[in-house]
Amino acid sequence: MAVMPEPAAQLGPQTIDLREPAGWRRTKNRIMTVLMWVAFVLVLIPLGFVLYTVIEKGAGAISWQFLTSSTIPPNVLPLGTGGMGPAVIGTLEITGFAALIAVPLGVLGAVYISEYGGRNWLAKIISFMADVMTGVPSIVMGLFIYTVWVINYGYSGMAGSFALACLMLPIVIRSSYEMLRLVPNSLREGSYALGATKSRVTITVVLPAAVGGIVSGALLAVARAAGETAPLLFCILTVEATNTNLFSGPNTALSAQIFSNATSPYVGAQARAWGAALTLIAITFILMLVARILTARFTRYSR
Amino acid sequence: MSAVTTADPASPAGSAGPLKHRRPLGDRGFQILALAAGLLVLVILVLIAVTTAQQSTSWFTSSGFKGIFSTNWDPTTNSYGAMAFVYGTVISSVIAIIIACPISIAVALLLTEVVPRRWAQPIVTVIDLLAVVPSVVWGLWGIIVFAPWIQNIYLHIASGLKGIPVLDTLFGGPNVEGACFFTTGIILAVMIMPIITSLSREVIATVPTIDKEGAYALGATRWEMIRGAVWPHSQGGVVSATLVGLGRAMGETIAAALVIGASATVTGHLFYPGYSIPSVIANQFGEAAGVMRSALIGLGLFLFAITIVVNLVARAVVERSARRMRGA
Repeated sequence: MAVMPEPAAQLGPQTIDLREPAGWRRTKNRIMTVLMWVAFVLVLIPLGFVLYTVIEKGAGAISWQFLTSSTIPPNVLPLGTGGMGPAVIGTLEITGFAALIAVPLGVLGAVYISEYGGRNWLAKIISFMADVMTGVPSIVMGLFIYTVWVINYGYSGMAGSFALACLMLPIVIRSSYEMLRLVPNSLREGSYALGATKSRVTITVVLPAAVGGIVSGALLAVARAAGETAPLLFCILTVEATNTNLFSGPNTALSAQIFSNATSPYVGAQARAWGAALTLIAITFILMLVARILTARFTRYSR
Repeated sequence: MSAVTTADPASPAGSAGPLKHRRPLGDRGFQILALAAGLLVLVILVLIAVTTAQQSTSWFTSSGFKGIFSTNWDPTTNSYGAMAFVYGTVISSVIAIIIACPISIAVALLLTEVVPRRWAQPIVTVIDLLAVVPSVVWGLWGIIVFAPWIQNIYLHIASGLKGIPVLDTLFGGPNVEGACFFTTGIILAVMIMPIITSLSREVIATVPTIDKEGAYALGATRWEMIRGAVWPHSQGGVVSATLVGLGRAMGETIAAALVIGASATVTGHLFYPGYSIPSVIANQFGEAAGVMRSALIGLGLFLFAITIVVNLVARAVVERSARRMRGA
């Protein structure tokens, strides 16, 4: 009975032998269903494991002082003096400015592909290349900004923003494009019938109709960028003091601090790394949840 | 007749050809703005290639062909061979794909074919959470918690396989606190699972319902339906999703930099510490100058080229299979 299925399996993946005994076929079906659930559990385990560790080790470090203190203490000092304030400020500044650059440009790019492109070869290439660009490793973006900006103008938070913006741009283009495509054509045609120009139709009709999805896609891109470390390493040069000036002087960020503290043998430095990790995860999860809520509301609207 | 001309002042009266209409300046300005934003993508990609190539020329000229393709990376003697890193990148990302691919496809099938739709959304949210956990947090957890824990398992496996020819080479030997190729592979696998799952799910969701119902009507069980109706239809897309995952695994920097063990060696031992292209850039760029910096930027260019090729192949695969399915 167990030998029977073998020759059928030899014929190729698309062959199903319905002459197999029914009992074995049902068992096989059940085994496969169980395996799929096992795979899901295998995905859950690392997520649960990492969240548990970060909360367990990070919660102790978090305090008002930890989040707002103006200098990061040297690695040897134990937890309790100083905190990650500069890194929190740096992360918010750098990611915020990156979003300010990348979101408008990304939405405009998506507008070009979806509203002006049509079956135009250029629009096709841009859309294709935006896809490819999402696969470019973040560290390459860091090196790129290093070679074109940092070598000439020195380290600054803004250089970090540029690198993050390069990462976010293709993601924003993709997600906005998907949303613009969902806008029904009848809306566009209705506004053209009223005599509106194309830019007016796009700005006052098409974009508002898709705004929920666009914002939620942009937030997801920001959440991704906020956690990125590699592009920041060579652009902001991790420092210990708060630098509120985004445009000049080295800066720091939560992710960069975690990276430099992770390999430190000191207990205090590691505890601060866990605290920073919890803060960073909290920021990204909040951004993601807001995006999810917006998506849910948006889809309810369009129904 | 006069009513016609006043109703349409912009077009000359009596023109039978296509309506020639002068568009307002703002309208054209917006189009140009949108076009510029779109072109920015191409400009950035070209600039990445050009500037990194420029910055890495001194590596190519000073090391020569032989120097670059050697496995010897030693800044103290000015030897900058890339192959140890290429090897480490390939090994760790192949391990990642071998682990992540079956799990991701299984979860994608679970989401599309097994679970009712209202349960699918929460599961997708969980997988998205996995995707937004920052890479550096995976690295921190990997080096402080996961690696020391899995070290014990490695030691058990190593002692159990001692003396068996091939397996002893692969899984034997000492390792440093669990920081090795295999640990990196596992962490990378976890990190690329969400992207492979979501891309596969997109493809599997496009399988026509009529194919699936046909399979059921022939008396197929669900698994047989998946193999007979879903799999042939989504094969290409799943392969492409796996390739995209491979590209991500090869470019993943910070997590790998923390758990790979930082040792530029080429070895068949999967439990030995190694190095990968992105992690060596992240770890050594800070104190690099001169030819070394140029070599690290050159490695970045190489990584850029590989990931572009992998992504292009992924797109080609999915496009080809889409065309085939339309024809069928």
